[in-house]
Amino acid sequence: MKVERKCKIVSKEQMGDAIYMTLECGDMVRTSCKGPGQFVHIKCGEGLLLRRPISVCSCQEDEPEDLLSIVFEVRGEGTEWLARRPVGHTLDVMGLLGNGFSVNPEGRYLLVGGGIGIPPMRGCAQYTQGRSTAILGGRSKEKIILKDCFEDECAKVLVATDDGSLGYHGFVDALVRQELSEDKHYDAVLACGPKPMLRNVAKVAEEFGVPCQVSMEERMGCGIGACLVCVCDMKDGSRKHVCKNGPIFDSKEVDWDA
Amino acid sequence: MPKVDLSVNLAGMSMKNPVCVASGTFGFGQEYSEFFDLSELGGICAKGLTLNPREGNPGPRIAETPMGILNSVGLQNPGVDAFIATELPYLRQFDVKVIANISGNTPEEYGIMCEKLAGAGVDMIEVNISCPNVKAGGLAYGTRPELAAEVTEVAKSHAGKVPVMVKLSPNVTDITEIARAVEGAGADALSLINTIRGMRIDVNTRRPILKMNTGGLSGPAVLPVAVRMVWEVAQCVKVPILGMGGIAKGEDAAQMMLAGATAVAVGTALFADPFTPIKVREGLCEIAARQGLSAVRELTGGVKPW
Repeated sequence: MKVERKCKIVSKEQMGDAIYMTLECGDMVRTSCKGPGQFVHIKCGEGLLLRRPISVCSCQEDEPEDLLSIVFEVRGEGTEWLARRPVGHTLDVMGLLGNGFSVNPEGRYLLVGGGIGIPPMRGCAQYTQGRSTAILGGRSKEKIILKDCFEDECAKVLVATDDGSLGYHGFVDALVRQELSEDKHYDAVLACGPKPMLRNVAKVAEEFGVPCQVSMEERMGCGIGACLVCVCDMKDGSRKHVCKNGPIFDSKEVDWDA
Repeated sequence: MPKVDLSVNLAGMSMKNPVCVASGTFGFGQEYSEFFDLSELGGICAKGLTLNPREGNPGPRIAETPMGILNSVGLQNPGVDAFIATELPYLRQFDVKVIANISGNTPEEYGIMCEKLAGAGVDMIEVNISCPNVKAGGLAYGTRPELAAEVTEVAKSHAGKVPVMVKLSPNVTDITEIARAVEGAGADALSLINTIRGMRIDVNTRRPILKMNTGGLSGPAVLPVAVRMVWEVAQCVKVPILGMGGIAKGEDAAQMMLAGATAVAVGTALFADPFTPIKVREGLCEIAARQGLSAVRELTGGVKPW
């Protein structure tokens, strides 16, 4: 199976502090999509030795080429280089990598995204065709991106901000608690965001006895499971790898105290 | 352009080309077989093995540095028995030399692993006396000549006919001292260099990026150090050398061979470009052809020092 491709940037848009970029990616989606929540590993210039792993926001099979969108913030040299690439240029992309969320298209899920963890949840919203609920969180209202898309693609959208500038004043786990106590019919909670947020969301889901899958992040090397650097500590004492065993893990299997 | 003979012989192990992949960067091959046919390689130095399975160090285990990376994986591996049961049969499907890499806490552990691997029929055993990321054994063996010699003797006496290659640490004052000790103890070949100890600190949090604080540096940043060490070692031993450290293109490999390496290994460069070993082989072939050589092995030791 072809893993590495030259992908053309077909659109690029500033979205708050983030950049929304769409790529033409050959038959990548047709040949390697395992479900929402996978990532691509992008080469960012010649001087940097490591690719940058970025979660897929949405992807679709298309003609003549499949389309793939990523959303990222400039965090360092690599993402800065990526942000400067103009439309029409090509990127060296490995993908789709990782396992993706285990979701049923007929299912109904509580999707939780925090900050730059919001975009990766969009695939789950699209996959479940309007049945799921999204809870979006961030430091302030500028960080709540793609809200319109989630409103189109979900049954309900709730927002929490740390400073109260939009929606609920507080953290997303309070809204997860509220939603799970009012509605007993969610198949699972699916979440992406900073580790403390994931830990809190997982805790609430466990209290309500609802399965929870989380998208983990770690500094990555090869992206395919060979170099073993992107470690995720598991409750059973083993150390799994975010790129190959993840990035999606069952929250009950993760060692949150590590 | 005339055809260049790419084959080399490393301590009795013949390879169809001199390009290997370095231990710890290539797993047991399965992941990279999605990119190219593993039979294109000369040899595969498999992920470092220990007698028992190890989960390795806590994360973060990697940090990017100027033209390099630091890692502190800490020998995470399924153990030598699992390698023999599942990984070795997989690798045997390919026409490529399989070099098992081992680390022990005691000389006895090295001996047990050598016996198992020789029995399982690997092509070569690379004895790691130089992993900077484990507390016990590892680096201590690699920095003291008498201990390095002891481990080498034990490995040799348990490896039967399988050649033993000892991987040297660059984290020493005089690498030739260790090289001579290891050769004297019967090593069939040497591989160098392992990673150079380094550190990166996040100035905002004042925390090291690596959870282990320090780790091993690899990548293009270490190439000149590796070339220098291969050159120094090549002048004081007769056994062949597998040269590694920062190789990313044909010219790098040619430098390493001119310095005295019989074959080379590609590691860190795989992460940016999984096809690097193939490109290194092609680049090496072009250089040899351009220089009118009939065989790439003519490069070995060909440096003309001032």
